[in-house]
Amino acid sequence: MEDLLIFLQQLINGISLGSIYALIALGYTMVYGIIKLINFAHGDIYMVGAYVGFFAITKLNMSFIPALLTSMVLCSILGIIIERMAYKPLRNATRIAALITAIGVSLLLEYGGMLIVTPQPRAFPEVFPQTKISFFEGKVYMTNQQLVIFAVTLILMVLLQFIVYKTKTGKAMRAVSFDKDAALLMGININNTISATFAIGSALAAAAGVLVGIYYTSISPLMGIIPGLKAFVAAVLGGIGIIPGAVVGGFLMGIIEALVSGYGASTWRDAVAFGILILILIIKPSGIFGANIREKV
Amino acid sequence: MLKVNNINVYYGAIHAIKGVSLEVKEGAIVTLIGANGAGKSTILKTISGLLRPKTGEIVYEGKKLNTMEAQDIVRSGVCQVPEGRRVFANMSVLENLELGAFLRKDKVQIKEDLEKVFEKFPRLKERMTQLAGTLSGGEQQMLAIGRAMMSRPRLMLLDEPSMGLAPLLVKEIFSIIKEINLSGTTILLVEQNAHMALSIANYAYVLETGKIVLEGPAKELAESEQVKKAYLGG
Repeated sequence: MEDLLIFLQQLINGISLGSIYALIALGYTMVYGIIKLINFAHGDIYMVGAYVGFFAITKLNMSFIPALLTSMVLCSILGIIIERMAYKPLRNATRIAALITAIGVSLLLEYGGMLIVTPQPRAFPEVFPQTKISFFEGKVYMTNQQLVIFAVTLILMVLLQFIVYKTKTGKAMRAVSFDKDAALLMGININNTISATFAIGSALAAAAGVLVGIYYTSISPLMGIIPGLKAFVAAVLGGIGIIPGAVVGGFLMGIIEALVSGYGASTWRDAVAFGILILILIIKPSGIFGANIREKV
Repeated sequence: MLKVNNINVYYGAIHAIKGVSLEVKEGAIVTLIGANGAGKSTILKTISGLLRPKTGEIVYEGKKLNTMEAQDIVRSGVCQVPEGRRVFANMSVLENLELGAFLRKDKVQIKEDLEKVFEKFPRLKERMTQLAGTLSGGEQQMLAIGRAMMSRPRLMLLDEPSMGLAPLLVKEIFSIIKEINLSGTTILLVEQNAHMALSIANYAYVLETGKIVLEGPAKELAESEQVKKAYLGG
């Protein structure tokens, strides 16, 4: 019984953490889907998102939702600017050139961030005074912050689903990621569609940044590196370029990490995360949802 | 309606199209025949704005297509059914058709045109919610044509619509092309199946290694010894 309760508790922690990874992984996978680029600067957009949220709450006295929205809007603009300035000129260059550029943008955001906001970690204000919802006589609990993280993630995913499957922009995104030339022949504007993809991906990362702020209560300019890499692993685990894959991969990564930590091996959690990457690349490089699409003639 | 004036197109250092000129008159079916690798698809891609000519110009109803963006070319009424159909395999039949009408905002007419496409291709209606990738080759070709119809083109460019299809289906597709033409859409048809293409076209051009080597009314070309020998197997 005791074992089961510990497991349940770690599952709850894992789902909260997994929500964050899933939100970041969505941006990775969407950008990969459309321009076949692993945008290594994506984790740093999440960091910028956390800082925008932080300043919106502490300096502008915003409450949670306006701060979240401000952060999402500003980061989507940042995402568009990065794509237009750094990646667009390299669209016909080799993929490795764009990848190296992404690492460069990542370093620029990290160390530019240090210059602007100082390397000092900051305490994220307590937006919601912590309360616990207990189950099983207090042996398993969920904080209201975890509940907020989960709820916001869920809402954003439903919204994303709607955008991708029901709106014109979403259809254009899917068409461009499937076949650029055919999309051009439909009259789809490729540049605007790619911008929209960066905007949406960056907004989701920004939301993850604000949510992680209220969860872990500490933010720093280098906070995006490890979660960014883990979200990348999550995207690969689910199948890079596949939207539901990023969600499942993100939740799986969060749950695995929480379980590893919960069972006393917390110093190993990063090793386990990247061990998963190695395993997928050996066993099924296309990821859980990835399949070889057969073409019909 | 469409005039291609002395265009030269390169793939890197390769000179693919060498000074090609051709004309498509309003209401006609013009065909461009030639062997594999002659440059037929390259010409269509250049008209659609996927490739740029190094020299020469493409004029459509007074507008220079060779300096326009691909989406503006579609907007001005030129739509291509690409080689190999290129349907969006991961999207449903209906979504593919909706993408054909991507630039249009006239919802009522879009709905009407959708009905017209379904009337012409009842099989697409049956498979409306199915993923395009699960359709047979012939159905995919119908979808590609239907998708192009959804943009309400005035000039439709068709690239090898017979490719990989059984003879019976080829016949069906060609009679549909003829119907589309009769309902007012001008057609520029690229084909390797010279026999079928010449049977429905008004005017024809023969392309060999990037150059037009022969042109004339389709009937005359079908009778010409040169064409018979090289393209009609006799």
